[in-house]
Amino acid sequence: MPRPKAEDRTILLDARAMSRALQRMAVEITELAGTDDLVLIGIQRRGVELAERIARLIETQEPAAATIPRGALDITLYRDDLETVGPKPVIGETHIPADLSDKHVVIVDDVLYTGRTVRAALDELADFGRPKRISLCVLVDRGGRELPIQADIVGKAVKTAPGERVDVQVVELDGRDQVDVTR
Amino acid sequence: MSAASILGKDLTGLEHMTPEQIRLILDTAEPFKEVSERPIKKVPALRGKTIVNLFFEASTRTRISFEFAEKRLSADTVNVSATGSSVSKGETLVDTARNLEAMRIDMVVIRHPSSGAAEFLGRRIASNVINAGDGKHEHPTQALLDLLSIRDKHGKIAGLKVCLVGDVLHSRVARSNLWGLTKLGAEVAVCGPWTLMPRGIEELGVRVFGRVEAAIEWGADVLNVLRLQLERMETGFIPSLREYYRVFGVTPERLERSPKPITIMHPGPMNRGVEIDSRVADGPHSIILDQVTNGVAVRMAVLYLLAGGRAELADAAKRGSE
Repeated sequence: MPRPKAEDRTILLDARAMSRALQRMAVEITELAGTDDLVLIGIQRRGVELAERIARLIETQEPAAATIPRGALDITLYRDDLETVGPKPVIGETHIPADLSDKHVVIVDDVLYTGRTVRAALDELADFGRPKRISLCVLVDRGGRELPIQADIVGKAVKTAPGERVDVQVVELDGRDQVDVTR
Repeated sequence: MSAASILGKDLTGLEHMTPEQIRLILDTAEPFKEVSERPIKKVPALRGKTIVNLFFEASTRTRISFEFAEKRLSADTVNVSATGSSVSKGETLVDTARNLEAMRIDMVVIRHPSSGAAEFLGRRIASNVINAGDGKHEHPTQALLDLLSIRDKHGKIAGLKVCLVGDVLHSRVARSNLWGLTKLGAEVAVCGPWTLMPRGIEELGVRVFGRVEAAIEWGADVLNVLRLQLERMETGFIPSLREYYRVFGVTPERLERSPKPITIMHPGPMNRGVEIDSRVADGPHSIILDQVTNGVAVRMAVLYLLAGGRAELADAAKRGSE
């Protein structure tokens, strides 16, 4: 397999930068939402790992708070492009920890790009109840929105072109924490 | 190759499917189980698709299961049964389907008394065709839900010993199960009166037992008890129902001979006290109702995978990914 040339790929966040970003995001979430009604919902796949990590950081930063409920959302069945991309054979688990009514749900995802995933996630969450508020927290906002959607909390914002790729790696799935931009 | 074309256009039987295709359906069914547990048991994946359930034979479980699967994927559904439609006026199968197609439908789920009806239809219309049972040929979604139920219970299929008990001759469920189980590496046996065994079945690589006791001694992990198909039974296959129960009925007394618990399955509808004893059907090792639950998930998976599987969609997918 030909490896991408070094000049094609730049590291946007290394492990230490990613750790700092996540810690800051955890603080910002508690400032925004408190901890009483907070529910973190990660979007499959890497959003789930990031949500888990942020939940643990919040629990460390706020020892007095109760366990933060976290869940996972697979938005495959809510996509608007089944006709053009065909079915995705592997659908991940969807797990909503509790009734979402009157909760402050924070959606966690790795990369925010066109906004279509978030649109699908909002539709899907609405079928699980009526949260009092939904916020969006992403590790990387790469611009390029196709829908009027914006993140409340961003780990790192970067301007990218449509041909470029942003790859988020997390220790749990990929063996290391790193965010690359590939041109 | 794009994901859209993995299953092809139609699902007519398991005989010509690859183990990978079968596993794909079972794996895709897993997340669909959870959809039926949600407060709102519905996802928009097939929104705007029109599906016709064309049932030329009586069915309760299969038809309702398909309809739930379709509705939980947000498809629009129409049910057509042979009685009360133009079929009873003598319209041919192809004409019925072409007329439906002229109303711009996307998929047809068909049950028909003639073997091969689903494949026949699939070759003549552009819509996806799903076989919900054709004559004595195949009932693929039933076999898929059986495979899923076995996998749930035992954590695997390869290496298990599965015996199909009863009226194998008239059973499309048996045929589909046989293909599916052998493709996924199970050891398969059949057991029943010789008059209800298809000739030459040994050539398919299955063991044949003349008594339930022999299947139990063989070490069966699963008994899939087939329905004695009374409506298909011409006279002379068995002396009487009471004698059938006495020799081939799956009873607690017979199962006690096994050192390990044997998983009990039945595709329904059951003739209690004929092919299966109530104490077995309702016993701790019966997964008969799990089969029904899994039926909806498996059918959702098949509908979902086929919906993106039409040739022009596969082409569109290739263009879109470039």
